[in-house]
Amino acid sequence: QTRSLEYQAANQTEQVLTPETKVISHNNFYEFGTDKTDPRDNAQDFQVQPWKLRIDGLVEQPINLDYDDLFKAAPLEERIYRLRCVEAWSMVIPWVGFELATLLKKAKPLSSARYVAFETLYDPKQMPGQNNPFMGGGIDYPYVEGLRLDEAMHPLTILSVGLYGKTLPPQNGAPIRLVVPWKYGFKSIKSIVRIRLTDKQPPTTWNQLAANEYGFYANVNPNVDHPRWSQARERRITKGGLFADNRIDTQLFNGYDEVAPLYSGMDLKRHY
Amino acid sequence: MRFSHWQIVLLKGLIHLLCLGWATLVYWRAASDQLGGDPVEAVLHFTGISAFNLLLLSLTMSPLAKMFKQGQFIRFRRLLGLYAFFYAFLHLASFILFELQLEWRMLLAEIIERPYITVGMAAWLILLALTLTSTQAAQRKMVRRWQSLHNWIYPAAALVALHYIWSVKSDIVQPLIYIAMLAILLGFRKDKLLRPVKRRYRALTSSD
Repeated sequence: QTRSLEYQAANQTEQVLTPETKVISHNNFYEFGTDKTDPRDNAQDFQVQPWKLRIDGLVEQPINLDYDDLFKAAPLEERIYRLRCVEAWSMVIPWVGFELATLLKKAKPLSSARYVAFETLYDPKQMPGQNNPFMGGGIDYPYVEGLRLDEAMHPLTILSVGLYGKTLPPQNGAPIRLVVPWKYGFKSIKSIVRIRLTDKQPPTTWNQLAANEYGFYANVNPNVDHPRWSQARERRITKGGLFADNRIDTQLFNGYDEVAPLYSGMDLKRHY
Repeated sequence: MRFSHWQIVLLKGLIHLLCLGWATLVYWRAASDQLGGDPVEAVLHFTGISAFNLLLLSLTMSPLAKMFKQGQFIRFRRLLGLYAFFYAFLHLASFILFELQLEWRMLLAEIIERPYITVGMAAWLILLALTLTSTQAAQRKMVRRWQSLHNWIYPAAALVALHYIWSVKSDIVQPLIYIAMLAILLGFRKDKLLRPVKRRYRALTSSD
């Protein structure tokens, strides 16, 4: 179902990439089931055409994008990012996409805009977990996420339309998803239909479900444990099976130190 | 209905084959990286849920025996119980070897700090004690204490259920189904399980 994209390739990296087969078969996307392989197994008939993505709220210039526009909103480039899941595993993934800031600037945020709210498609016919409590993990759908405006405008924050040089497979959030590499994976919302600028902190799905376990910020932080497991270390998923020696220290902000100024003066233990 | 000697041997052979064969297959696939994106998580889930399945199956034998008035079902109980511990052993061993990769200090911290791991560890220790005293020799030697020790299977099963539902992120449907199954199996034994409670209640009321 995927097709190749034209993009500017990333520079060589010393990081070992997670093999494509693992990136597209190990997913948390409860709309298609809660087991890691469910999204791959259940999402293959997902229709991404036609698609509508709307950017509105506190902006001068609301934007509507159709499927084809998603790939023309900005020049596509490859970004190789570490992805750290809140469950203490991680991957290294070559995304293809563009900076979210590029799109937001086109919409011209009003000076009153402080936050950005994101929303996944709600379509229970295509996403059976959305109205089936046996499949959907007890979440209220649609899935929603949010960022502070300065986080959303940070050059590391991208909207991804592809990985490994091709369009996104449905299980990875086709046709367009967020990638915020210094936050736990659940912040990087998939299959987005709406981006809304607001003046209030928007609700976020996992925070609503268990506020003591998942905060609004969800910055990767080895010093703040999940109440039920440690976040100090992680298992890096690359190639190799059970005996792959892949346990490494988790780094503050997932190693993306350049975002630290966004949080200067904030108590990260309280704003987890 | 009555099983012949050979039917029992055959059924037991089948249990051995399934329990050992399945584990071998899964570990072989995990070791050779053919078990999805995260083979570590895959074996942890597989061994955990298999241990619970076998535990529930072993608790099904005596209700079956009563229902069909067929005492032979009891002859499978110990084997199923031992395989429940076999999978629980693999579960903990995989956690230490492949998840924590032998970081012992981390293991100790996890057992003390994480309630769901504390609970799982407690269940594991009970199952260990039952496994070590599962021989007929131990049964003869311990006489009446043997039965009271092996009644600990019920708190162990409850701890396993708690460990399971506590470990999931939000998808509690499957753990709830398991808890319902366990509740039904414990329901068959409600007289036995309530006896100590009743005894205490009677003692309290008669002393007034």
